[in-house]
Amino acid sequence: MPEDTTARHKEYWRRNIRYVGMLLAVWFLVSFGFGILLVEPLNSVNLPGTAYPLGFWFAQQGAIYVFVVLIFVYVKLMNGLDQEFGVSEEDGA
Amino acid sequence: MTAQQWTLALVVASFALYIGIAIRSRASTTKEFYVAGTGVSPLANGMATAADWMSAASFLGMAGLISFMGYDGSVYLMGWTGGYVLLALLLAPYLRKFGAFTVPDFVGDRYYSQTARIVAVVCAIFISFTYVAGQMRGVGIVFGRFLEVDIDVGVYIGMAVVFFYAVLGGMKGITYTQVAQYCVLIFAYLVPAIFLSIMVTGNPIPQLGLGGVDLASGTPLLERLNGLNTELGFTEYTSGTKSMLDVFFITTALMVGTAGLPHVIIRFYTVPRVRDARVSVGWALVFIALLYTTAPAIAVFARTNLINSISETPYSEVPEWFTTWEDTGLLRFEDLNGDGRIQFVGPNSPMENELTVDNDIIVLANPEIAELPNWVIGLVAAGGLAAALSTAAGLLLVVSSAVSHDLLKRSLMPEISERGELLAARLAAAAAVLFAGYLGTHPPGYVAQVVAFAFGLAASSFFPIIILGIFSRRTTREGAILGMISGIALTGAYIVWFTLMHPELSNTDNWWFGISPQGIGTVGMLLNFAVTMTVSRFTPEPPEHVQRMVDSIRVPRSVA
Repeated sequence: MPEDTTARHKEYWRRNIRYVGMLLAVWFLVSFGFGILLVEPLNSVNLPGTAYPLGFWFAQQGAIYVFVVLIFVYVKLMNGLDQEFGVSEEDGA
Repeated sequence: MTAQQWTLALVVASFALYIGIAIRSRASTTKEFYVAGTGVSPLANGMATAADWMSAASFLGMAGLISFMGYDGSVYLMGWTGGYVLLALLLAPYLRKFGAFTVPDFVGDRYYSQTARIVAVVCAIFISFTYVAGQMRGVGIVFGRFLEVDIDVGVYIGMAVVFFYAVLGGMKGITYTQVAQYCVLIFAYLVPAIFLSIMVTGNPIPQLGLGGVDLASGTPLLERLNGLNTELGFTEYTSGTKSMLDVFFITTALMVGTAGLPHVIIRFYTVPRVRDARVSVGWALVFIALLYTTAPAIAVFARTNLINSISETPYSEVPEWFTTWEDTGLLRFEDLNGDGRIQFVGPNSPMENELTVDNDIIVLANPEIAELPNWVIGLVAAGGLAAALSTAAGLLLVVSSAVSHDLLKRSLMPEISERGELLAARLAAAAAVLFAGYLGTHPPGYVAQVVAFAFGLAASSFFPIIILGIFSRRTTREGAILGMISGIALTGAYIVWFTLMHPELSNTDNWWFGISPQGIGTVGMLLNFAVTMTVSRFTPEPPEHVQRMVDSIRVPRSVA
């Protein structure tokens, strides 16, 4: 039934956009937020247990670690979404 | 064995490995030549992407740049990794579903227009050649320094190797050699970094050593370096000198440019399924992050070492590596005040600086500065070559497929046979190698800077129209064409004006709002978005079949 399929695809796409929006907000926060805009205030404290000024740490190390985690979270969320909406490729095309 | 013998042995062994792989993975169809038959596993593709992506600039130049820029160097670290988040979330899965061979393929079909396709072909070729020039020079530098051959001869040797596996194997050959090249380059990068980290901080993990304590002085390493920098009249290492706005714009241009680089995008056409494309970007970033989180540590270790070992040292007592590198011209000392000592000082110092250090030295000379065994020196040479060759091959493939697939098959000669197209692809790859060699022997600018400009162009041309092509069904061909042209025209003009025509005017007073030529790609991208969206609003909506195509690329598998 094409009507149903279209509606389901719309809902799938809406959820996808919501996930992407949330993840990109974190992406922006750790890099542009903590690593650039707020770098100076954050530099007045150290990353706990190290000698890293916090803002500098985000700009040269922390943001990169968060980026990696974000992509794997996205993979997990989308694989779940594919299953839920029956569009996963795992059952073969 | 001497350092030179080790270098020769390791370089020859690694080249033999690449050629062996190339012979085993020849391409026999255009699908194999363009996208490795879409049979690459996500993990292998992640490694290949990392090697494809990390160029001579990343391997040789970046740690040095950061070492001299301090906090400002963060633009490269965040910019060249953050783009992978955009690639994973906004581009790779959808382009994989579309299932084309090239980037102009997507642009031409999505925007139902040969003009759009041709504009995309021109952008792809231009970006790739801008970028490849730096790689070839990197090959020449490594050969010149380590094997004492003429830099031009080094470029020719590099060309011969790339020629072999790119022309023979296409994407299939490139992919598997890139996997091997990643292993070589990451090993070569990490070994000296670990040695240095132990030497300076006592911690074997460079990422942790950077946040540790400097053994020599007993103070935290970054605090120690901030102190040394201030003492010598440089800005504090963790502070930087660029304006916040410029840092913001450069970082954006590099991130968006990364996500818009054709040789990176096409890597995600080579995996079997959409879900593989998603996870493959994740693996690529893991492999890249391994080098990118190590680079800032090397930068700090090397700078601290450099200052400790040469600042105020009498020239007659300099270590041996100092004179070897002076011979290459990458290190220059001029005793301006005639006191016989080396003054290495910054702009805030009352004294005059007498030492010029080329960025590339930091990584190349590290093993010698740290007095590491000879085989490590050979390893670094092999790693630098792996980084440069793998990127060059990926770029040359973009050029060859743009010519044989987009220009011939999809535009000028749609009747061309499969065999004819494959032959055309090989010939185009061969011609591209020759032209890249010419650029390598007549190099423009220095490695990292030339590469940075390729990003501005990628950011302002492809990124906006690919995103809009997926996320906005209403985007029209008129919008996309004008968007691409205006984005690349603004970015290109600004860069050419300030770097080629009037380099003397290139300073914060003359830049628009203090945005450097490196950051202008962000403005070009915004202009492209604005033009594309505005024009799309006033032009007839895309035909029915194109809108259906957009719907279909949004889901991994349509429900029958």
